[in-house]
Amino acid sequence: MDTSLHPQKLSVLSVLIFFGLWQSLAMLIHSNTFPLPIVVLDVLWQEISNGQLPYHLGITLIRLAISFTISMIIGCAIGILLGQYKQLNAFFDNWLVIFLNIPALVTIILCYVWFGLIETAAILAVVINKVPNVVVTIREGARTLDQDLMEMADCYRFGKWKTFLHVVWPQLHPFVMAAARSGLALIWKIILVVELLGRSNGMGYQLHLFFQLFDVASILAYTIAFVSVIQIIELFILKPLDQKALRWRR
Amino acid sequence: MTDVSIKISHKSYLSPDAEEQKTVIKNLDISLKSGEFVCLVGPSGCGKTTLLNTLSGLDKKYQGSINFGENDIQANIGYVFQNPRLLPWRTVRENLALATNASDDVLEPLLELMKLTDVQNSYPEQLSLGMSRRVAIIRAFAVDPELLLMDEPFVSLDPPTARQVRQLLIELWTNRPHTILFVTHNLREAIALADRLIFLSASPMSVVTEIPVPIARNQRLNESEIESFRAKIFSDFPEIASLV
Repeated sequence: MDTSLHPQKLSVLSVLIFFGLWQSLAMLIHSNTFPLPIVVLDVLWQEISNGQLPYHLGITLIRLAISFTISMIIGCAIGILLGQYKQLNAFFDNWLVIFLNIPALVTIILCYVWFGLIETAAILAVVINKVPNVVVTIREGARTLDQDLMEMADCYRFGKWKTFLHVVWPQLHPFVMAAARSGLALIWKIILVVELLGRSNGMGYQLHLFFQLFDVASILAYTIAFVSVIQIIELFILKPLDQKALRWRR
Repeated sequence: MTDVSIKISHKSYLSPDAEEQKTVIKNLDISLKSGEFVCLVGPSGCGKTTLLNTLSGLDKKYQGSINFGENDIQANIGYVFQNPRLLPWRTVRENLALATNASDDVLEPLLELMKLTDVQNSYPEQLSLGMSRRVAIIRAFAVDPELLLMDEPFVSLDPPTARQVRQLLIELWTNRPHTILFVTHNLREAIALADRLIFLSASPMSVVTEIPVPIARNQRLNESEIESFRAKIFSDFPEIASLV
């Protein structure tokens, strides 16, 4: 007899066990710093009802969208160039290593010191942190482009734009998706720090406020909201994009 | 269509391990008449693919000239590579349209002739190797090339499929005559297809001899005709035995 559970049922079961464990631990510890799930859900509902959460979440998502888009465009362009031109890569490789190893906090502080506590500095700090990661991922993809297909495109006179669109970009797709996924995870974490340090709105600002008040229920409520939004982006934007782009695979 | 004249006095490349220039082609002189089907036969590694890459413009580093009629400009070239080189993320029809810019009026009869109409909306991964090679042949014909290069296009096909695709190629070529330069190291295949055979030496490559194939087109399916001509070549030109 097959006793294995359907993956979807297993997924629901794992979430229920997670909340069950949380409930048990919270009851055991019985402290304001470790609230019950029901308390967190109640706070979440109140914050949604009074409009505070949608406002701050919206602001953070706008920052995320802008910095994500800029990082992906710049990172993809540089990554393709470095992957295709060995000499350019040899020259900029050390720069890349330096930028990859600068702590995010340093970049954020420097951007605020140099440009002031303005929106542009906040976005710039996120972009500077993310671009090197995108470059490294896309560079690997650009290095492994199928030369046979490139020759075919050359021989049949595709031209640069057609070659990029129909030969290069589809080959880079898995790398772009990997960079996008890791990018989303990294960017939203950096954005929270950026907001915490120098903005007067957004999730990071709110979390800072709750920290000062030791309001753990609100911190968890905002975290649940944000993680849910990121999951929705994955489910309704990234996965369909993946399925559409890879429909040719058997 | 125009006659093609190929004169390559010297072609070399930097060998990656020896770090020295290796001469691949030396004093090669080949002329092709308009609409002629010529097979190049030579040993493995003699530089046949290098020659085709040079003719196609993929490799521009050589000494010599390649003329199409009165012009020495880059002509329209069709190239059937050893591997079909189809874009896996585009359907058969999209692959053809992208590479050739040909209209439906051009592509549909070609697909029908090559018996691919039913799979025109399939992706290359859903096709057999024989089908993929037929798509690659259509792609090369659809650009209406002044010279069509074919680099062992039937290699790794099982004999019955290879025979079937060869037959389809000849039907296509009879319908739409183009000048073809076909590389193979299979002498039987070369005799079955070509108007003229050009035998090439080992590297550095040059022409050893040229032999017209006198067998009538309607007799090319007759294997005994092919075998007897093959035996005659070996008896008249014993030096060729080492090249095939």
